[in-house]
Amino acid sequence: MANQQMKKTTQVQRKYQALAKGKEPPRPIVLNCIRAFVAGGAICVLGQGIMEAMVHWFDMEQDKASDPTVAILIFISVLLTSFGVYDKIAQWAGAGAAVPVTGFANSLCSSALEHRSEGLVLGVGGNMFKLAGSVIVFGVVAAFFIGILHHILGGGAH
Amino acid sequence: MLTGHQTWTFDKQPVIQATATVVGPYEGKGPLAADFDIVHEDSILKQKSWEQAERMLLEEAAKLAIENAKLTKEDVQFFVGGDLMNQIISATFSARTLGIPYIGVFGACSTSMESLAIAAMIVNSGGAKYVLAGTCSHNSSAEKQFRYPTEYGAQKPPTAQFTVTGAGAAVLAAEGSGPRVASATIGRIMDMGIKDPNNMGAAMAPAAVDTIQAHLKDTGRAPGDFDLIVTGDLAQVGHDIAGELLREHRVPIADTTFHDCGLMIYDRERQSVWAGGSGCACSAVVTYGHIMKKLQQGELKRVLVVATGALLSPLTSQQGESIPCIAHAVCLESGVI
Repeated sequence: MANQQMKKTTQVQRKYQALAKGKEPPRPIVLNCIRAFVAGGAICVLGQGIMEAMVHWFDMEQDKASDPTVAILIFISVLLTSFGVYDKIAQWAGAGAAVPVTGFANSLCSSALEHRSEGLVLGVGGNMFKLAGSVIVFGVVAAFFIGILHHILGGGAH
Repeated sequence: MLTGHQTWTFDKQPVIQATATVVGPYEGKGPLAADFDIVHEDSILKQKSWEQAERMLLEEAAKLAIENAKLTKEDVQFFVGGDLMNQIISATFSARTLGIPYIGVFGACSTSMESLAIAAMIVNSGGAKYVLAGTCSHNSSAEKQFRYPTEYGAQKPPTAQFTVTGAGAAVLAAEGSGPRVASATIGRIMDMGIKDPNNMGAAMAPAAVDTIQAHLKDTGRAPGDFDLIVTGDLAQVGHDIAGELLREHRVPIADTTFHDCGLMIYDRERQSVWAGGSGCACSAVVTYGHIMKKLQQGELKRVLVVATGALLSPLTSQQGESIPCIAHAVCLESGVI
């Protein structure tokens, strides 16, 4: 009953919501997109640079070099998060800082730091995947279905 | 005593004998820095957690307010306080340290004036000689509880607000000299169906307007009778809406100075606080620091502080519920004639 009442917005509410909407400063979507492109691109260029360096100086093969590259990017992200810089970069960069692997590392590291005061097991362990957990769940589920489709549509197993 | 529908007028005129404000580093860089008693350089205050730091702010403010009133803890009969944390832990744990008989209240960011109104009621009715009212909030503990981990890189929209790190406390006395609490209006819950927790100003504006109109109606006053009508933490978005609603309702708000604590505490040009400040401490430190000084000097004669609160929890907003909001108004008068 209460729920049904809530769903029915009155005319006064609708009128107010229209007024409030008009007073809302718009999100700078174009600017955000440009910033995301620049920042995300910069992170990818950095990653590519690290990978090329691995190939050049450590005699690694191209596909082997990607593992240490990801590890280095994660390390940099964790370092910046711990020094309290990553969230400031992300406020400017938006999706550009959230989508790359550095954003994933930031979500894990920030949750772990935040809940350190509640202990190692229930605090850090229990809350570390608070934000990243859904990425893993939906990533795995999506991968499972894509894998099935790939198999059925004749790709076959690799 | 009860005047009109929802207003108490205090015939014994309880006196605000002393106040104290403690703030964090970001507030200390704002335009009101000189009005605060203690400005901390470090937002964790050498504690182990944000929650402990928040508690520390309130304890310091409470102790300093009692000291400024030239009293000891034993002289104060009751402590009325609250905060934003689950189970109002900051206020209760502070009350444990202070050892003063305690009444915990929750009104989200409206707690500052809710506690002051209740304290004034207790003093006015002869229930106590001295009552302490106080509240606090901390940017990082609020981020942790209501939003994301403090170091998580989430981009905020321009309607978001920045929770004030700080605490404010006031000692009310049955007699003495100083600014007086003349009346208080207890607000009702207003919900206009706004669901965005990143736009609390828009959610709270109707509550502020409702309480301002109720106060004016109950006391028979007009906005021109006040030197300042100040809302708690509507910030830019909510302040614009409230102004527009008041004009729409034909309240001559242009006759007074209409401002908002969330806009006063930070310099939005220099500090990245999006729409402005919020949190229990926002209205508490601006009222007990800045406005109190102006009342004491007689620069302001009569001020209406309308503290606004968004009564949401992270759970209700995730479940898609709208945000119920409240506002409590307290009328403060300068003792100086």
